[in-house]
Amino acid sequence: MLESYLKKRLEEKEILLMTHIVIGYPTFDDSLRIIEKMVKANVDLMELQIPFSEPIADGPVILHANQRSLAAGATVKKCFDFAQKAAQSFDIPFLFMSYYNILFKYGVDSFATKVKEIGFKGAIVPDLPPEEGEEYLKAMEDNSLAPIFIFSPTTPEERMRYLSSFGKGFIYCVARKGVTGKETEFSGQLDKYLAKCRRATDLPIALGFGVKDKKDIDFLKGKADIAVIGSQTIRLMDQKGVDAVEDFIKSLFG
Amino acid sequence: MFDRGYYDGFGGAFLPEILVATFDELVETFEKAKSDPCFWQEYSDVMSTYSCRPTPLTFAQNLTDMFGGSRIYIKREDLNHTGAHKANNVMGQGLLTKRMGKTRVIAETGAGQHGVATATMAARFGYKCTIYMGEVDVHRQRPNVFWMGRLGAEVIPVREGTRILKDAINEAFRDWVANMDTTHYVLGTACGPHPFPEMVTYFQSIIGKEARKQILEAEKKLPAGIYACVGGGSNAMGIFSDFMEDDVDLIGVEAGGKGLESGEHAARLSSKDASIGVAQGYKTYFLQDNDGQMKKTHSVAAGLDYVGVSPILAHLKETGRVRFEAATDKEVIEALSLTIKKEGLIPALESAHAFVQAFKEAPSLSKDQAIIINQSGRGDKDIFTVAEAFKDPKWMEFIKNKAEEYNA
Ligand SMILES: Cc1ncc(COP(=O)(O)O)c(C=O)c1O
Repeated sequence: MLESYLKKRLEEKEILLMTHIVIGYPTFDDSLRIIEKMVKANVDLMELQIPFSEPIADGPVILHANQRSLAAGATVKKCFDFAQKAAQSFDIPFLFMSYYNILFKYGVDSFATKVKEIGFKGAIVPDLPPEEGEEYLKAMEDNSLAPIFIFSPTTPEERMRYLSSFGKGFIYCVARKGVTGKETEFSGQLDKYLAKCRRATDLPIALGFGVKDKKDIDFLKGKADIAVIGSQTIRLMDQKGVDAVEDFIKSLFG
Repeated sequence: MFDRGYYDGFGGAFLPEILVATFDELVETFEKAKSDPCFWQEYSDVMSTYSCRPTPLTFAQNLTDMFGGSRIYIKREDLNHTGAHKANNVMGQGLLTKRMGKTRVIAETGAGQHGVATATMAARFGYKCTIYMGEVDVHRQRPNVFWMGRLGAEVIPVREGTRILKDAINEAFRDWVANMDTTHYVLGTACGPHPFPEMVTYFQSIIGKEARKQILEAEKKLPAGIYACVGGGSNAMGIFSDFMEDDVDLIGVEAGGKGLESGEHAARLSSKDASIGVAQGYKTYFLQDNDGQMKKTHSVAAGLDYVGVSPILAHLKETGRVRFEAATDKEVIEALSLTIKKEGLIPALESAHAFVQAFKEAPSLSKDQAIIINQSGRGDKDIFTVAEAFKDPKWMEFIKNKAEEYNA
């Protein structure tokens, strides 16, 4: 489902754009406005992060957004209510992103049922390798949802194929070592890595971590199917406010 | 991929993909070392020439007389180099770091004991060293921060989250995911993703191996009970592991903080406040809310102030093999005071938790029984916290005078 939507979009666009926000940051109202602006600026899909107190794969920008959202009273229930509203209001595919404890405490089956009911298409759970994810994989399958798996520059090609066999929708390729929100060098090294990712899977590939402007996205055209912008929009919002988001997203394709 | 280190459903390796290859390498290196007949010898040689192993088992005559019950022995991990059992784990992982050809080590620290131990190991092996420490702990464990700096380690105060041990662990992971090619993360306790719980227990088991021999020599029989404090669980697993199959009570003592009813504690296995979850790469009991967000913890002892606990201990709680109790901050200060006066021993605030429970139980045991308390570390590092708890007037005066001297 998600995969066929993406492939269809790719017939019209050279590269798609996925953006990332932390639900409830800076506020729930702002989160909704940000989504509205992103959709208006033609974003193709979005990942909405349910905040967690220990987000070990995230760098300072997203980490702080997680902490502030929680400090302001975000709960899993509020995030689901919010997500439902988003899915009803905007006609793009949404994914949840969160850490496994959030699913585990909610109940993995109930979580997947809820995701389906809300109308989201899948989930990214960065601390859940398939080896630990039997229950999750089954629940996602039962609800026709896409579990998104991650390739990294340290992943051998054989393991990439293994991960791809569990993935649906697309594969999220992490551009470099380290956490979210640091600089990435868009160079020949990245070309080689993306070619390796491409060889290992038939799914569309997304590239994230450090994508921040039009130049980066132009670099990725023809090499990746989806560019992921995460920390950069949060950073921009922190500096210039929510209204700056729409122009920023538009500038990426200008 | 490896056997994932499960203890009846607890443990596992919930790793971000970027670290999977690093853990594969670590597991392989550890397995090779374990099956190398020379490795344990190499390790125990280092521990007997660089640290003070075997550490003595001290008979506490005065405390025994005072409580009038079982004979009380104290295993002296405080006599290790740098003053705690942390040295055991650190030197072991230092040897593995060398086998992996890595040149930099990082570590989290709560009480600062693990940080200081890691810094000495790094100095000796010639590794670069970075230590992550919650800002709250930087303030309450100043002497250790000083020594880490002198030893050439970079100490990074962590200002995220609750600014204590768990937050330091998160930051260490964030460093590791960027620098794993050159860097080994020397996790300080029997927690985290596989193989850490097993590996840290393996190195700490040197405590129990010695204690078993020593108590059999002294008493000609096994002890009735063994008491150890439980932060992440490494000193407890270390002393328990050689007695697992015996008819010996094993008692883990957690931080009761301001009392289990107060909500301000770090009792994961002895209170009803914790539930099973997955964080920091492994499954265990965590102090968390219904959504799975980690809660604030509290203990007078920085090294016990942690939201999770060894998955091996979580398993041993379920099977009933280990019993868990909690000691409050107040009881800890009293037990510390008593031990200092009666035996001239100065346990760390962490270790004093084990003394509290032993003192509660010793009187009801018979005189021909023996118990062992694991004195996991020495209390010198706690001088600021303890002096404050005792409201020691001369110490306060000294601090004031020093401050004036620096202001002058
Ligand atoms: C002296 C001492 N004892 C005990 C602990 C708690 O750790 P563990 O439960 O891993 O032994 C610490 C931790 O910093 C410590 O410094």
